[in-house]
Amino acid sequence: MTPGPPDASGSLALLPRLDKIPTGIVGLDEITGGGIPRGRSTLVVGSAGAGKTLFAVECLVNGAERYGEPGVLISFEESGADLAQNAASLGHDLRRLERDGLLLVDHVHLERTEIGETGEFDLEPLFLRIQDAVDEIGAKRIALDTIESIFGGISNEAILRSELRRLFLWLRERGLTAIITAEQGTESLTRHGIEEYVSDCVILLDHRVLNKVSTRLLRVVKYRGTEHGTNEYPFLIDRNGITVFPITSTELSYEVSAERVPTGVPDLDAMLGGAGYYRGSSVLLTGTAGTGKTSIAGRFVEAACERGERCLYFAFEEAASQIRRNLAPVGIHLARWEDAGYLRIHATRPTAFGLEAHLALLFRRIEEHAPTVVVVDPVSNLVSIGSPLEVQVMLVRLIDYLKMRRITTLLTGLADSAGDREESGMEISSLSDTWIRLQAVRTDGRRQRTISILKSRGMEHSDEIRELRLGPGGVGIEEIAPDERHAPVSAGSAGP
Amino acid sequence: MTATDPAGVTYDLRLYIAGLTPRSLLAIANLKRICETHLAGEYRIEVVDLKQEPGRARRDQIVASPTLVRQLPGPSRRLIGDLSNTERVLIGLEIAPHPSVQEVTTHADEPPVRP
Repeated sequence: MTPGPPDASGSLALLPRLDKIPTGIVGLDEITGGGIPRGRSTLVVGSAGAGKTLFAVECLVNGAERYGEPGVLISFEESGADLAQNAASLGHDLRRLERDGLLLVDHVHLERTEIGETGEFDLEPLFLRIQDAVDEIGAKRIALDTIESIFGGISNEAILRSELRRLFLWLRERGLTAIITAEQGTESLTRHGIEEYVSDCVILLDHRVLNKVSTRLLRVVKYRGTEHGTNEYPFLIDRNGITVFPITSTELSYEVSAERVPTGVPDLDAMLGGAGYYRGSSVLLTGTAGTGKTSIAGRFVEAACERGERCLYFAFEEAASQIRRNLAPVGIHLARWEDAGYLRIHATRPTAFGLEAHLALLFRRIEEHAPTVVVVDPVSNLVSIGSPLEVQVMLVRLIDYLKMRRITTLLTGLADSAGDREESGMEISSLSDTWIRLQAVRTDGRRQRTISILKSRGMEHSDEIRELRLGPGGVGIEEIAPDERHAPVSAGSAGP
Repeated sequence: MTATDPAGVTYDLRLYIAGLTPRSLLAIANLKRICETHLAGEYRIEVVDLKQEPGRARRDQIVASPTLVRQLPGPSRRLIGDLSNTERVLIGLEIAPHPSVQEVTTHADEPPVRP
């Protein structure tokens, strides 16, 4: 064998390229880098109520409606009527798809008590039945839900196993993209160990209670020949069907920018390695009420407008007029930038609608205005309309979306009354590249605001607690005299 | 049993096969032998080859080959397999063995079967 020239693209190029087809399930196609393997079988494992049937139905419905791929659903459990009813509550009209020849549902009815076994047999009629259904509508996708039920109807396991093995090979020979659902087992992944025969892609659906909140989680256990996210991803089942949320952005590839964006406060720029935030990064600003979060956000926006950049300010607590009024005493005047078309302030009450609708609205506003800077003030108010986890996944999606567009984002968060918690309640700190904490402290009978940088990925930054001064002269930061320091500052790599 | 269908038989049996494979032929032979032994003159057999009529697998809820369906007397009963186990066939179809046939009832090495 002649060695080829060195491949600059590295080991990834050595993996066989698997052709993928989109499931159309929001979030899943991102995690899997394009969907499920075309012409192969994907095993979807979960306990009762985990969402396996819905997963299968969504893949087929999306295939039929959006990708021009008719689908066959071989249902071993639910009847066609039950399936249609359940799918209707999630916005899918299976009957219409069946009428249009885009979907065919075959309910395989098996009852053990009806069937006695008198000798050798095979499952050829099941094959013929599938072939007939596939031919009838020219299906490209097929779901078998839940084929393991067949073990409940027929007792000869040895024959069933060899027939199922033959069936999965047969599906593959026909180039059908198959979704095979299976019950989760205790000793093996699936109750009857069929993962042994279906092994190109395995997806696990889990349903458990986390922090007293019922949570659905999806994990890609295996995906032969492709890279995939291995984390557990939360997913929702609502009237829009299944939505999977990529919880961390670390696996998603952004074009990371080395370009800096001034914060609008030169003293703060100095604390951040002398140059400000990274372009396209996400900044978290936490503090108790009245510590100056909105002032810092306001300066950031104003400075961006002064540079001729477009900004969007999403206000979830105060009306736009209130924000303008509160910032005027600090010398920040936003109205002129709004008039000039650089800035838009969108004030919405969090409870006005659900998280999904909020997110959709944020996306729409961002597409309309095409900003380079976005402020969300405060994100903590969204907790009133969802569990912390739901809010978190919503923010992950928002941050991912903004990063993809290289938009620099500043999120403010209300800290608890003590103001000294190092976590931001919703774990959004892990999603932000820079985390700035504001505090109110009392020193010699004087109320003092302080500012410190808890982290800032990829840059040297100050580890000092400094005083934040807000006044008619604007926003300024000063070093705290040693005798006034109320908290020890660790020695180390102090910023410039 | 006295109920009969218009053709005048008590047992109306339908055997579903998928092509004329050795197993299908064995099932047909077994069924004819059992019927002749125990139901002479009282039965009718219809053989449905699903390879010829694939649509019937879905319509008639068939997954295995061979599948024997007792249409009459009702309620219908289903057996799968090549019908080599005569005792199970008789139990499954609720047929009392013909008195002259001893070998069936003395079959002791067969595992017990559920009715």
